[in-house]
Formats: sequence, structure tokens, C-alpha cells
Amino acid sequence: MTMKTYRQALHDTLRAEMLRDENVFLMGEEIGVFEGSYKITAGLLAEFGEKRVKDTPIAEEGFTGAAIGAAMLGLRPVVEIMTINFSLLALDQIVNHAAKIYGMFGGQAKVPLVIRTPGGGGQQLGATHSQNIELYYAFVPGMKVVAPSTPADAKALLLAAIRDDDPVLFLENLALYNTKGEVPDEDRPAEIGRAKIAREGHDLTLIGYSRMAYIAKNVAETLAESEGLDIEVIDLMSLRPLDRETIINSVKKTHAAVVLEDDWLTYGIGAEIAATISDGAFDYLDAPVRRVAMAEVPMPYSKVLESAAMPTNDDVVSAIFQTLEAVGRRLKKVGQSHD
Amino acid sequence: MTDNALPTAKTTTAKTTTAKTTTAKSTTKKAATKRTPVKKAATAKVATAKVDGAQLVKFYRDMVLIRRFEERAARAYTEALIGGYCHLNLGEEAAVVGLMGALRDTDYLFTNYREHGYAIMRGIDPNRTMAELYGRVDGVSKGWGGSMHMFDMSHRLLGGYGIVGGQLPLATGAALAIQYRGLDEVVMCTMGDGTANIGAFHESLNIAALWGLPVVFVVINNGLGMGTTVAKASAEPEIYKRASAYAMAAERVDGLDPLAVLDAAQRAVASARAGKPFLLEVLSERLRGHSVVDPAKYRSAEEVAHLAQFDPVPNLAARLVKERILTAAEVHKIDEEQAARADAADAFAQASAQPDVSTLFDYNYATPVANDSRRLPGEALFATVARPTAEVTR
Repeated sequence: MTMKTYRQALHDTLRAEMLRDENVFLMGEEIGVFEGSYKITAGLLAEFGEKRVKDTPIAEEGFTGAAIGAAMLGLRPVVEIMTINFSLLALDQIVNHAAKIYGMFGGQAKVPLVIRTPGGGGQQLGATHSQNIELYYAFVPGMKVVAPSTPADAKALLLAAIRDDDPVLFLENLALYNTKGEVPDEDRPAEIGRAKIAREGHDLTLIGYSRMAYIAKNVAETLAESEGLDIEVIDLMSLRPLDRETIINSVKKTHAAVVLEDDWLTYGIGAEIAATISDGAFDYLDAPVRRVAMAEVPMPYSKVLESAAMPTNDDVVSAIFQTLEAVGRRLKKVGQSHD
Repeated sequence: MTDNALPTAKTTTAKTTTAKTTTAKSTTKKAATKRTPVKKAATAKVATAKVDGAQLVKFYRDMVLIRRFEERAARAYTEALIGGYCHLNLGEEAAVVGLMGALRDTDYLFTNYREHGYAIMRGIDPNRTMAELYGRVDGVSKGWGGSMHMFDMSHRLLGGYGIVGGQLPLATGAALAIQYRGLDEVVMCTMGDGTANIGAFHESLNIAALWGLPVVFVVINNGLGMGTTVAKASAEPEIYKRASAYAMAAERVDGLDPLAVLDAAQRAVASARAGKPFLLEVLSERLRGHSVVDPAKYRSAEEVAHLAQFDPVPNLAARLVKERILTAAEVHKIDEEQAARADAADAFAQASAQPDVSTLFDYNYATPVANDSRRLPGEALFATVARPTAEVTR
């Protein structure tokens, strides 16, 4: 194990995979000479040369589509889209082509493509640069969408994504790049499609991914110390496929759930989680499933307004308390009726 | 509008131009509103000098096969045996055989949704092509693609694509893979005239030229994007001139003359193989509507009446007879043989099995994955389980 940042874990994994497999190469804007907008690819152009680290024109549709075409011929491109906001310019290539080609042609061509891209918010980048729209890709059959929250998971999921024969959208997060954690030195790819119980508990299930899984773990630890609460934390890790079983099993145990998401609430990822819990554990719930999500506005530039729009630790704590309070009321009512 | 709608190369039968767009003049206002005639090149003698009887007969056989296949497909479509959309290559046959004739077996083709003829000319069995239209298991895409999405890796047809312009970035990337591996292969990417106005056209031509990729972009300009004329959609209706924006070589050729198309396509492919991508504009005709169901009421009676004289199939038949390469009886025999071939393809398709519903989730993912959804519409995600009473009263 080595202590390193999320950024370093991504960098080291990219480098190791490029050394391991000549078919792995990188494409994206400013990833070579500029060394990446967030420096994930620092030093790789110098080490591997222009063939393996391709700086592209500002043409998301063109270069993402080119990566798909190269993948169809057996290369394993890892595309960096500077932020997930810009992936909208490549939406047709991702949704209509990367996600469709394997099925639409009856399994004749694989698309072993990874699209790395950070979501974010909280950096005063304004409405067009602060969105979390991974939902758009998680909605689409044929895509795989993964979202690590720790440096170790970043490594394990990136290994899995690069070695997978399907298009994988690999969601990073601007706020996580500098977070640190122990990272295994050996290669142990994660299993895509599996969520992780990041913390075991019995009082309530807290569900999140990416930055919100990070927040969930922090809040759970804090409340364990301050309130003696025993909260179970599920880190979804994979948004498509979605590991519904792990969610259901947890809620059957805790009887209450709070879902955290960095996207908008209406039709968001949390809506799918809440529906899943309704489908699989309706009778086990002692309180309505609560969602903590971004305020539904174009993200303002003003720091004050931006902070107000984004979910915080306090928002999560408050949602947990309100949910537990509802559980308590129900338990009291149930107790009365059965006494 | 009638004049503007008609491609202008139909009066020329020879290779029309080798104009490098880097030297092409900029668009005048006149050119934007009225299609300028293709220059009769000084090299017109090339085509006549190159006439090769055997080659022309082969072209004729292939063009008639496409013609009869498309007519048979149209019939099956109107009988509701074929679903979805059905875009035909009627009028485009000379372009198809000329373009495909320039490719090696190891070269790749990306095309759009008007692709049946291209699939057959890549060497794919017409039976399997027709079976795909019928959505059957023997179809070239096993019934998953239909008319717009045919694919066969063994014949290096890397897809028909239904989204206008979607194939351009993919073709560019395939060319990148060829370059990455240092191979001697070329990608050809065909599209319609309307595609020149979509962003992917610009992005792909720029990337291809920037990186020196072995790709030929071919615009089949039949004068109409669905019902909209090129003049009404393109500020520069001479589409090959767009290449000058990317310092890319380009030509415009008469798509009704298969030899002229072959000749131009060979130059384009050779250029791409040498690392210089190429834009080839092929002036063609669309004899029918945009798709089988389109009555094309937006075309004037006068325009439609003129169409027949630009039909490349009877024109080539007349030429073969006139130049004494074939007798009228031999031409007729080819027609009958190819009509029988199309009928056989239809019979094969009708006899081919429907896919089994149990295969619905066979192509969810190439790499199997945990928690992959295999739920049919009416199925519940979870069986409804009641909470144990003991727990409720805890």
C-alpha cells in the first residue's frame, strides 16, 4: 500500500496500463504539452511520445468519435474530456455510437473505450462548468458508468475500465483530485456493476457516489463519534449497471435510507435509487426515502449563491436526523398499535 | 428551383475535374444560389481512352444487381414485409460500383443509411443483405440493424449509420488505428450532400488532415437532402471546395459514369494510402423519393420527367450495345439473371428464421458484467416480499 492522492492514483494507473498494453493510448484536449487541465497526464507525453498521448483539437464530437472508431479496430483509447460539461458536445458519438455499436451490429464489433471526465461544482465556474450530468450516460443501455470516490477505487475501477471491452464513462470529480488514501501496489481491478459497503451500520443507509460518497463516509464517522449513530454507507461505485441488490439488502437491515447526489433531484440518480428501494424494500421502510441533491438552478457564479445550491455535510446531517425522527415516530406508532 | 435541384454533371460522361481545392476560387454569390456546371476538364480523353469492355460489363452486371435488389426490396417494403426506413441506391448504382471498385479487400468502408448496394459490392451475399432487411437471423447484422445498420467485419463494412454524419468521426478513428499500427490500409467514408453541413464533417476533415490519416471522404451529391436542395442548404454548393478549409485535396466527379468514378476514386484512395486524406464529391441522381415511402412531391413534373435520361443503368446498357461490347440479347440476359438473383435473395430472406426472443439480451455487453439488466417490460425488479411481522412489532 502507498499513500497517494486520487490524482496520483489515476496518473500512475494510466501509466502502468500504457506500459502493460501497447494498444492503450490517450486522447484529449491539452493532455500532452499542457499535461492535462488537472495534470492527470503530467509527464506521459515525454515518456510515451505523441503516438500514445495525442493532443486533439477542441472537437469533442470529432475526437471522441475517432476514439470509438479506433476502438472498433481493436485499440484501447482512453479519452479525457476536460470536464463532463463538454461531453455534451460528444453526446451523439457516445450515446448513438459508442453505446450502440456492439448491440446494433449483432455483437460484431466491440468498443473498448474509456472516457475519463470530471464532474464538479463548488469552484465558482458558473452554470456551464459546474454540472453533474453522469445521469445522461447512466441512462443508456450499452454504456458502463463508474464513479470512484477514493484513490484506491480510482485505481481499481480505472484498471477494470481499461481492460473492459465495452465503452466506460469514468467519472472523476474536481473536489476529489487532491484527496488522499492508501492505494494497493498490486493490480486488483474492481468488478464493474458492484456497489461497496463502505461502512457497516444498522441505524440508516446512506447512499452516494463520487464526491457524495466521500461526504457520506465523513458524515457517518462524525455522527458515530458525536451521536453514537451506526450508519451504513453504500458507495455505488457503478452507476450502470446499478447494484440494486446491495442497496435493498442494506435497507432491509436498516429500514431507512438517505440518498446523496451531486446532480439535480428531479429525475436524478437519487430518483432511481428511491424507486429501487420502493420496488425491493417497500415494506421494510420505517420512513420515506430522503434525497439530498443540488438545488435546481443554473449554478450561479457568486460564492454565496453557489454554496447555497450545493449539498453540504450539514444538509446530509439534517436529512439523516429528520429521517431518523420519522423512523422514531413510526416505531412509536407501531409500538402503540401492537401493545 | 428545378434547375437548382438537378446535379450538373449529367451532361459529362468523362472524368470531369481534378481541381485541387487549394486552388479553387472562393464562392461567389451566384455560385451559392445556382449550381455552376462542372468544368469539362481538358483530361476528358482519359475516360474514353480507358474504356475496357470487360470492366464495363462487370460494372453493368453489378449495377443491375443493385437495381434489381433495390426494386425487390421496395416491393417487399410496400408489402410490409420489411419494416423501419428503407433508403434505396436507385440512381446511385454507377457511383457505388465505381467507388467500391477502388477499394482493396483489406480496406474499410463506413457508410450511411443508404447502403444496400454498398454492402453487396463489398462482397456481402445479397441473401444476407436482404435477410437483414427482413430482420432475420441470417441478416448481415443478425436482424439487429435493419436497412440502416449493416455491418460485416469480414468484408470490412464497418457499418451503415442512421445518424447523419455519425460515421465521419468513426471512420477518422479507424484511419487513426491503421496509422497507429503502421498498416497499408485505407478507410472510405461515404455520406450524402446534406452531411457536409453538420459539425462532425468539419471536425473530422480537420482531424484527418491534421494527422495525415488514410481516409477518403466521399460526398454523394444527388442534389437533395430529403426534400431540401443543396442550393438551399449549403452556402457553398460545390461541396468539394470545402476541402480547401482543411488543406485537403479534393475532386468532383460525374457519378453517373462508373469509369469516371472508379478513376477518381482510385486517385483518392491512392492519396489516402500515402497519408493524404481526400474529399471526393460524386454528383449523382436520386431517381425516387428519400425513402420508399416518400412520393417526392417537392420535385416538379418537369424535373421528374427529366430524371429518366440520367438513369445510369439503361444508359450503360445503351452504351454497351452501341460500342458493340454486348448485344441487346446479352444485356437482356444479364437483366434476367440479376432479377432472378434478387428474387432468390428475397426467397432466402423470407425463409430465414426470426430471432428467438430469448436472444434479446445477448448483446448487452461484450464483457459480461454484474447486475446487467435483463428485465422484460412487464417484469418486476423484485418479487414483493412482506416484512416479517416480528420485525414490524420490534
